[in-house]
Amino acid sequence: MKADIRVALVGNPNTGKSTLFNTLTGLNQKIGNFPGVTVDKKTGYCQLADGRTAEIIDLPGTYSLYPKSQDESIVFSILADKANPLSPDLVVVIVDATNLKRNLLLYTQVADLKIPVIIALNMMDLAKKAGISIDVDLFAKKLGVPVVPISARKVEGIDKLRAAINFANKIALQEESIEVEAIAPDLIGQISKDLKLDNPYYALQLAHQHETIKFISAAESERIEELEHEFSFHSQKAQAAETIARYNFINDLLYDTVKIPETAKEQTLSNKIDKVLTHKIFGFIIFLAILLFMFQSIFSWSAYPMELIGDFFVWAQSNLHGILPAGPLTGLLVDGVLGGLSGVMVFIPQIAILFAFISILEDTGYMSRVTFMMDKLMRKVGLNGKSVVPLIGGFACAVPSIMSTRTIENWKDRMITIMVTPLITCSARLPIYVLLISLVVPNRNVWWLFNMQGLALTGMYIFSLISAITVAFVFKFIIKGRERGYFIMELPVYRMPRWNNVAYSMYERSKAFVFQAGKVIIAISVILWVLASYGPGERFRQIEQKYAQPQYKQNLKPEELTRAMNSEKLENSYAGMLGHAIEPAIKPLGFDWKIGIALITSFAAREVFVGTMATIYSVEGSAEKMESVQQKMKTAKNPETGQPVFSLAVAFSLMMFYAFAMQCASTVAVVYRETKNWKWPAIQFAYMTVLAYAASFIAYNLLK
Amino acid sequence: MTLSELKQGAIGIVKEFTDLEMSVKLMEMGCLPGEEVSVARIAPLGDPIAINVSGYQLSLRKFEASTIILQ
Repeated sequence: MKADIRVALVGNPNTGKSTLFNTLTGLNQKIGNFPGVTVDKKTGYCQLADGRTAEIIDLPGTYSLYPKSQDESIVFSILADKANPLSPDLVVVIVDATNLKRNLLLYTQVADLKIPVIIALNMMDLAKKAGISIDVDLFAKKLGVPVVPISARKVEGIDKLRAAINFANKIALQEESIEVEAIAPDLIGQISKDLKLDNPYYALQLAHQHETIKFISAAESERIEELEHEFSFHSQKAQAAETIARYNFINDLLYDTVKIPETAKEQTLSNKIDKVLTHKIFGFIIFLAILLFMFQSIFSWSAYPMELIGDFFVWAQSNLHGILPAGPLTGLLVDGVLGGLSGVMVFIPQIAILFAFISILEDTGYMSRVTFMMDKLMRKVGLNGKSVVPLIGGFACAVPSIMSTRTIENWKDRMITIMVTPLITCSARLPIYVLLISLVVPNRNVWWLFNMQGLALTGMYIFSLISAITVAFVFKFIIKGRERGYFIMELPVYRMPRWNNVAYSMYERSKAFVFQAGKVIIAISVILWVLASYGPGERFRQIEQKYAQPQYKQNLKPEELTRAMNSEKLENSYAGMLGHAIEPAIKPLGFDWKIGIALITSFAAREVFVGTMATIYSVEGSAEKMESVQQKMKTAKNPETGQPVFSLAVAFSLMMFYAFAMQCASTVAVVYRETKNWKWPAIQFAYMTVLAYAASFIAYNLLK
Repeated sequence: MTLSELKQGAIGIVKEFTDLEMSVKLMEMGCLPGEEVSVARIAPLGDPIAINVSGYQLSLRKFEASTIILQ
């Protein structure tokens, strides 16, 4: 779609910017990446009264044009760089009417870049309730820009805002806020002259940010550096002076336009809620209860839709096998591609539910309280208060959890969180644990109450949490921080969640996962399918010929014949050969080549383990019938010793392996997507494999 | 006296900062010299703290609060 004008939405976090974006654009939006960085770019379209179309870009929330994170640095790049393809014709600065002072800092910075600007005065309903009175006309007159009072949540004033966008000036008419040149007169003058700039504030911002921004040339950056030395420019001092000047301007502006009662009602209510929610004892109990509920829901609510998605793919696969002619192409399409696709789609319910919870917790303001409560504890192990949510989400699935680490501004804290999240027992490990525990742990109660199998499973969960924290502690000393860690964070007033936003967030995250991580997963699934379905030379044909012989055909039922044949084929496939090949390496862990095949095929997704076991032990029916896999595995004997293959030692060794090993292509893909550097998934894969091997080895030898 | 020593509920006025880098971030968030601050809450484990400033609540670590000198 081609737009007539481009409008950028800019504002502080927690000002209702995304609500306004959703209201303006409806479902008519798309999410991409800003070039070169992992920041989600949300754009949408909005029809104006005169028939023109406006393209709306939702820029990341920020308190100032001086960035503290990668997300925030986007804002300046888009607004200031006229050559940027996303450079806006108009900026709508959304400010929270209940907290004008701090919100206006960003406005004055944006205004000084001399881009046409409109102020959307949001949360007017709440401001009125709190007894804040704003003389909007005088306010607009003093600033020289259109000011539109709105309430994005209640969809009030949106038409007026749309009209204001429609009639917006093409040139910037706003009044000067501060005298920018006074901050560094010589430097600003010389940069403007040398780089041929006509905006003093742009020149000053370049002086501050020239080392990190990408849209000026190296020569220009060097020239600025020279000038900074020449005029002995001190970036932080200049920034401090600028901020003080801006707040002086804002105080003057608000003096006769805004009347605020002593304490806003909203704040006192929020304080009352906080007395309970961040209470020394109740605070943690409530947090634990919310986590348990969240964790339970992700499990139980996703079970049915996941089953449906699984069933749908089984149905589609068997139907397509019936319709399409048999052959390698059909096999590749139906078993390879569709199989891989089902592995991707099956995660959607968990991703959607986890993000529904996260967006509710964020929207209400509770998330920042969790961060507030947990920061001290998490800091001890090299994490951050904000790491709590991804770690807990990891119990469901590492993929959305790693996506949710973006809220962690500190680079080092975020990297450590990403590195350890996959150690948490995710739901894909559950079927493996259930299968193995039921094989070797007796199903009886100890001390009346506790079921031994349940205890073993709980133990695996607790073990994963301990290992994640330990590894985080180690990474704390290995990863070098790029910046000093800060914890200067707004505690927003408690608000009701906006259900629209919750729905958008579920939809967005699922879509991002399917399209971005999905490609890698399908590719790996196809490769694994080829490895498992083809063997070298004539072996497959020989197996088919062998089973075509009369003694097999007469003594075995057709299904049994196919099963026996498939099992033998798998053994002789490339995957089977790899299983045999790695047998010496995994023997110290107590694994034979059959388990080796399962380790290889479950590289893409852990849950494939059960399915592969089913094929190898040629189980009747589908992989879904776990009892039958169990039976076969239980009776499986080691041909050399005559002992059962799955002893206590082997089962626990396997569980240890799956507890640590990065057997999940989706996670690898999403770590790459979030870090934009293959180094991180590579390091993660390596350290997890090493730990897996060591843990298995120890477990096997202790229990043998 | 620094902000980290301020008792819960007590009110102080920001005078100056001991750490320039930190002061830039704090001032952006509306915590400027001359501004009234009060300690609203202390996290259950004793750190960080939440302060009222510029009409909203800001949370910061004790160490960060110790760089803010009060009048």
